[in-house]
Amino acid sequence: MSDSAKNQKTQFYDYHISAGGKMVPFAGYLMPVQYPAGIMQEHLHTRNNAGLFDVSHMGQVLVTGVGVATALEKLMPVDLDALAINQQTYATFTLPDGGILDDLIVTRWAEDTYFLVVNAACKDQDIAHLKSYLSDFTITHLDQHSLIALQGAKAKDIMLKLAPSTSDLIFMHGCPVQIDGIECYVTRSGYTGEDGFEISVSNDHALAVADRLLAFDDCKWIGLGARDSLRLEAGLCLYGHDMDQNTSPIEAGITWSISHSRRAGGAKEGGFLGAEKILKHLADGAPKKRVGFLVEGRAPVREGAEIADNDGNIVGVITSGGFGPTLQAPVAMGYVTSALAAVGTQLNAIVRGKLRPMTVTKMPLIPQRYHRG
Amino acid sequence: MTQKFYTKDHEWLSIEENIVTIGVTDFAQEQLGDVVFIELPEVGADLIEGDEAAVIESVKAAGEIAVPINGTVVAINEDLVDQPELLNTAPEDEGWIFRVSPSDGLETASFMDAEQYQKYIDSGE
Repeated sequence: MSDSAKNQKTQFYDYHISAGGKMVPFAGYLMPVQYPAGIMQEHLHTRNNAGLFDVSHMGQVLVTGVGVATALEKLMPVDLDALAINQQTYATFTLPDGGILDDLIVTRWAEDTYFLVVNAACKDQDIAHLKSYLSDFTITHLDQHSLIALQGAKAKDIMLKLAPSTSDLIFMHGCPVQIDGIECYVTRSGYTGEDGFEISVSNDHALAVADRLLAFDDCKWIGLGARDSLRLEAGLCLYGHDMDQNTSPIEAGITWSISHSRRAGGAKEGGFLGAEKILKHLADGAPKKRVGFLVEGRAPVREGAEIADNDGNIVGVITSGGFGPTLQAPVAMGYVTSALAAVGTQLNAIVRGKLRPMTVTKMPLIPQRYHRG
Repeated sequence: MTQKFYTKDHEWLSIEENIVTIGVTDFAQEQLGDVVFIELPEVGADLIEGDEAAVIESVKAAGEIAVPINGTVVAINEDLVDQPELLNTAPEDEGWIFRVSPSDGLETASFMDAEQYQKYIDSGE
């Protein structure tokens, strides 16, 4: 078996085992899907206290060189030059036919240095994509760095004690900081809908930082299961499920992620892969759209379930779904033809041959509690 | 007297006066995680061994309960509709799922007793 076919372990593997984590293969890594408290409790703990997530499987990539913003802007419909140093943005790597190669967070570390965090399952492909389009720039995979996320109502109280300057950060901003003398890069961001932080730290010092965080009673490890239910309630897309190479950002309902300067009439209109198709979707509407659903009853509606109108015609498919522990109700996202995408539209999911009524709803389903300053 | 048996699918059967009460074991509920919904069979349904009788939905996934004997459903646990968490808190007691009146003479040879079942789960199969 080659190394790439084996499941890798993050620096925190032994910590997950000690905490009772149930390890499962995920994107080439053995990751904790849940701990003994279970997904429901882990989810609620994150919203009410502070959850610690090992997201070291994700790809951390530095792209540097004079003029790198302009070069990267060919691959993503955002205005990277407009970012202040230490500011970050959500973005998508688009494809020539208007689909999405991956979604990512881009942080401007310096004038000509951008820090990218990409999905674990896509990182090799993303790095190859960067190298093929940005051959004149330096692309460094920070594969000796860990990434941990501290999320939830009490995350800021913990960070205030460990690294006081980070508590001044507003959502989607970051800063280099020392925690106990250890160099870290901390951003105010996350994937739960809660206020929170992501901490990038070299593997050598990753456990020391985790120790400091876990010393707080309010801070507990949270697994992938709760990570999924948290992001679902927060209305956040999961790449490979809620969007992929066959969906445009407009269809995926992330039009907001396209900078105004890259849209029709903007100062830097188009000029990114797939611009023709994507700007056409923006102008004329897309044939299908991702929407959120509130489901009647308690039966979860899961990925793959077909969506039917009230006459039984198949009009779409569920791409993510489960039970929302905060809402205490099933929540789902899926694609429907655009004519049926309006909030309030009554549709049905077909679950084991039965129609489960559901309503197109505004997302997020829980109020986002980002710290916007 | 009551006899209790277990299946390799982690169901338990409790037999009393020729009525078989069926549920899932503590081991099964731990694997399933937090149960949020249970689809119960209909009273009066005639089931053949292996038929899908109930579906347990946890936060994580859906699990099907296949009926381990031939028979007719004579009762379902209505409490599970409003309190699906009974399956987590009392899987082998208040969390019973349904009762079946066997259609033929009940053959229990293929089932395990408590000791055999414990060995079975310890073996990690």
